[in-house]
Parts: sequence; C-alpha cells; structure tokens
Amino acid sequence: MDTQVLTTALFLAVVALTVGITFWASRQSSGTADFYAGGRSFSGFQNGLAIGGDYMSAASFLGISGAIALSGYDGFLYSIGFLVAWLVALLLVAEMLRNSGRYTMADQLAYRMRQTPVRMAAATSTVVVSIFYLLAQMVGAGALVALLLGVDDQFVKNIVILGVGALMIFYVTVGGMKGTTWVQIVKAVLLMAGSALIVVLVLAKFDFNLSDLLGGAASNSGHGSAFLEPGLKYGATLTSKLDFLSLGIALVLGTAGLPHILIRFYTVPTSRDARKSVLWAIGLIGVFYLFTLVLGFGAAALLDTSTLDKAGNLASPKLAEAVGGGAGSTGGAILLALIAAVAFATILAVVAGLTLTSSSSVAHDIYNSVIKKGQASEKDEIRMTRIAAAVIGGIAILLAIPAQSLNIAFLVALAFAVAASANLPAIVYNMFWRRFNTRGAVWSIYGGLISCVTLVFFSPVVSGKTAIDAETGETVTAALFPLGVDFHWFPFENPGIVSIPLGFFFGWLGTVTSKEPTAEERFTELEVRALTGAGAEQAVQH
Amino acid sequence: MSHDVSPHVQADRHDPVYDELHASAEFVELRRRYRSFVFPATVAFLSWYLLYVVLSNWAGGFMSTKLVGNINVALVFGLLQFATTFLIAWVYSRYSTSRLDPLARQLDERFIALEGKSSRGTGGH
Repeated sequence: MDTQVLTTALFLAVVALTVGITFWASRQSSGTADFYAGGRSFSGFQNGLAIGGDYMSAASFLGISGAIALSGYDGFLYSIGFLVAWLVALLLVAEMLRNSGRYTMADQLAYRMRQTPVRMAAATSTVVVSIFYLLAQMVGAGALVALLLGVDDQFVKNIVILGVGALMIFYVTVGGMKGTTWVQIVKAVLLMAGSALIVVLVLAKFDFNLSDLLGGAASNSGHGSAFLEPGLKYGATLTSKLDFLSLGIALVLGTAGLPHILIRFYTVPTSRDARKSVLWAIGLIGVFYLFTLVLGFGAAALLDTSTLDKAGNLASPKLAEAVGGGAGSTGGAILLALIAAVAFATILAVVAGLTLTSSSSVAHDIYNSVIKKGQASEKDEIRMTRIAAAVIGGIAILLAIPAQSLNIAFLVALAFAVAASANLPAIVYNMFWRRFNTRGAVWSIYGGLISCVTLVFFSPVVSGKTAIDAETGETVTAALFPLGVDFHWFPFENPGIVSIPLGFFFGWLGTVTSKEPTAEERFTELEVRALTGAGAEQAVQH
Repeated sequence: MSHDVSPHVQADRHDPVYDELHASAEFVELRRRYRSFVFPATVAFLSWYLLYVVLSNWAGGFMSTKLVGNINVALVFGLLQFATTFLIAWVYSRYSTSRLDPLARQLDERFIALEGKSSRGTGGH
C-alpha cells in the first residue's frame, strides 16, 4: 500500500472531522460567554481532556520522544518538568482564577487594578507568548508534512504552513471556544489511543520487560549505559549544567503562566470543576509522558537513529512504522499514516487554542476595555475577536515562513520562559499579596517580558553558537545569525534563571514605590471571591 | 469612597458584604486551611523537583547506580517525580473536598442570602 496516499487521506480525514466539529459547535453558540468560555458549561472531565489536548503539543509528542531517542535520559527531564508544573496550576492558580476572572488572564488583575495599564500589559505578554508557541507548532507542521510526504521542498512546507494558518483562523472565527474545546477533546482521545497502541506494540517486542527495552536502547544507541544516565546532552560543562537548571526552572514555573492554559479554567461552571479538570489533566498528561518514555527508548532500541532528522522529530512516526511490520509492509504503512495524522491533529488543536487566546485578549482587553472603555457591545467584541484572529493568524503565517530554520523545542522553551517571567509573578502576587498594585503588576509583566526577550537576543542561540557538520566536518552556525556574527554576552540558551527572579523583583519594586489604596481595599473582595466563589461568573443556561 | 476614579478606570464598587464575609470566623478558617496545605506542599514539591535537577547535574555517579537490570537510580527518581505529582494531586483533591469545599459553600450561600439574587454574576468589572 502506498504510504503517501494513505497518509494524505488520513490527514484530510482529520481536517474534515475538525471542520465538521467546528460547524456543529458554531450552531450552538451565542453571546460572549459562549464564544470565549464555551458557556462555562464543560464538565471537569471534558475540560481535563481539553487541557490535555491544548497542552500536549507537537513539541511534546514528536519533540520529547525524539529527544529521548537521540539524547537518552536527558530528553526525559523535559517530561518531568512539564508534568510537575501542573501542581503549581492545581494548588495556586486554577480555582482562584476561575472564581475571579471572566474570559482572559488580564481579568484577574483588572479585578483590583487600574484597567488600562494592566490590560495592555497582560494582553501584550499574552500575544507574545502565544506567537512564540504558534511559530513552534506551525514550523513543526511544515517539517512534519514535508518529511512524511517525502518531499523536502520549501514550497510544500510553505503551503502547509499557510493551510494550517487558514484552518486555525477558521476554527476560532467560526467555532469560538466551544468548537476549539471539542477539537481539543477529540485530539486528546486520538493522541492517547494512538500512542497507547504503539507503546503496547513496542513493549510486546521486549516481552513487557522495561529493563530489556532500556538495555536494547543503550546498546543500539552506541552510547552504552551513558545513554540511560543524565548528562549526555547537558553534562559537558558548568555553563551547560547551569543552562539545564535554567531550563528546568522555566519548565516548572511556565505552565501556570501560559495564557492558553489559563483561559481553559473559565470553561467550567465552578472552581470545583476547575480543580477536577486539572486533576484529570494531570492524570492524562502524566500517563502520556510515560508513553513518550517508552516511545523514545523504543525508537532508540528499534531504529537506526542516525537516519532520523537532526532533532529526532520523526522518531515516533518511524517507530510506528517499524513496530507495524517495517517499511514497505502494509501494517507499517497504516501505523505510520495513523501516527502522522494524530501528530497533525495535535498541531491543529494547539494552534486553535493559541489563536483563540491571543485574539480574545486583543478584543476583550485592548479593544473593549482600553479603546471602548468597556462600552463595546457583545456583538462588536466578538466581531473584533474574529478580526484579531485573522490578523494574528496572518502574522503567524508571515513569521513562520522565515522561522523554519529555528529549533522547535527552543521556541517552546522560550514561550515557557516568557510565561514564567512575565505572567506568573503578577498572578501569584495578585492572589497572595494585599499590597500589590497596578505599578507592580505592570512592572513585573513588562520587566519579565523585556528581560526574557533581551537575554535571548544576546544569547548563543541568536548569535555565536556553532556546531560541527557531521558529514563535512566543517564548523557551521547553530544560531539564527550566520557564522562570524557574534554579539552574544549572555552565556545560557535558557533565560529563566535570571529573567524569572527579575520578573518577581520588578513586581516587588513597582509595588513598594507606589501607593494604591483602592487596589488594597479590593483585595478583600478578590480574596473572598477567589476562595469561596461568592459572586463568581455563572455558567450560561441554554 | 475617596478615590476619584471612574468605575471603568478601576472597579470601585466596594461591596460591604465581602467585608463582612472576610471578617467572619469561617472565612479566616477557610483561608488558614487552604494556605496551611498549599504553601508547604508547594515548597515541598518544588524542592524535591530542584533536588532532582541538581542531582542529575552534579551527582552523575550516584544517579547512574544500577538497581535492577538496566534500571538505575536516575530512572527511579524520575518515575518517583511522577508518583509524587500524582500523590500530591490526589491528596489535595481529598483535602479540599473534605476540608475546604464545605466552608466555601457555606460562605457562598451566605453571600447569596445577603446579596439577593440580583447581583449574581455581575462582578468582573
């Protein structure tokens, strides 16, 4: 059977399914609470699935299993940071955010601060984080499709990026939060089922003996037992070790500041459902990352990893082909096409969530609150969200085309670092520190955002990083700028270790250098409402 | 209120019902119970996670110790991070259902009684 035909057919089936869901959802929606928060009527379990669908991006599914396949144990460290991070969301953020906000991350700050400055700041960082994350997914989609269809052609990649961009604008403008949530739920089910199947097939090859699987991976990787130990990728120098620590901190603190995750807590009727949805999400995401461990080591054990792409992004699809019977077999072709289609569905669901988050923040925070002073009608606000979705989608397409040389994992890690530096300090201070005020919120958001982006700009990732080309043995650039251009002075690739403390510091500094009695008085209300749900937004009754 | 800000610039609605609830013994107890769980738990899981990252970086010899077959300390510690995450989530769920939710419900009901039905869901701005 022809893999390319089958793959293409399954990709089109995924697209048709999601388009169908979106049209169906659009007929059920009316009003802003439906459009932005799905009527707040999803159950904890449904929202838990949708959170999983929003969070388990192509970077996790393809990236982590690829990283494990190539770097062994060091790749596993990503999974652990991505999972433990959910405890921050569960214990400190989810329930209180559900009780104190309406549609966007900014709502919770605006509850007791001056509307215009905090909404501008929160909307800015929402858009920045979402665009970095969007670029990662779109670049991933282009590379995935081109490699799977066996055409390494720039034109094809650009067409795929354009197609993904058009689809995400469609999901958001037509389906709103309801459509986006159902796309994410379906994707989560497909992803869990697809990876569980491959995991069982891989384990069966080793008689369900984990130790044998690890042994096979170690010997086939060519690294021996070092492949199963930390340090293969990050352990070389003190700088690389500190860089890894920096990455670890950003991963664990970034999740609870990701705007597209935060707004998912608004889609359930009460804070108790928000808690339940995080519990389901933790279970789902935890099991999924255990799957990626088996997929990664399975790929290392069963594939010739030197034939994979440099980032290992195709490890999972190639592994599916191998356990299905190998290249050229019918089983292999079917499983390869299936896993590729699942990865594509994954990308579509994540980009839809990101586009919705950033465009609703532009419409709700900037257009309605800042420009229209809260006087825009519901219809106007939704119309503006649709326009913003088209504009942001367009910008993402235009940026993704030249961004294709960037490493996907780097873009995602950068989004996490910005979320942890700019958003988390403001959210945590706002919930737990009575004295916190508008200047503190604005300084922590802009301070964290600017220090994060500045440090990355002067890091080796942008200029100065080199690599040895495996084929020619020549030194080539591994940075954005070409060889010879080197203006980096920040030693780490991951800015979190410096920019996260800076975000907290600026928040503190701004607060103590200004007085705002209203913000302090309103803290009483915020605290009662956040902990008890008294006066919180209600679900829409249809 | 003495602050000369329009309602849109900064929400100025100061609802005395919230002050009343905030001062109640039940609310003080609810906040105490919430904080006495989440603050120590957050310190604990973040320290345990950082310890794990630091050990991976600087205690390679210890982490490479083989326990059973090809399964080494690093892998067991990594899987233990999963186990503690699931455990803390489960314990918090139990704790909040039995110790937090009843108080929160009670306070919410008192809010509805004091406030009357008309003000439900009008917050936010």
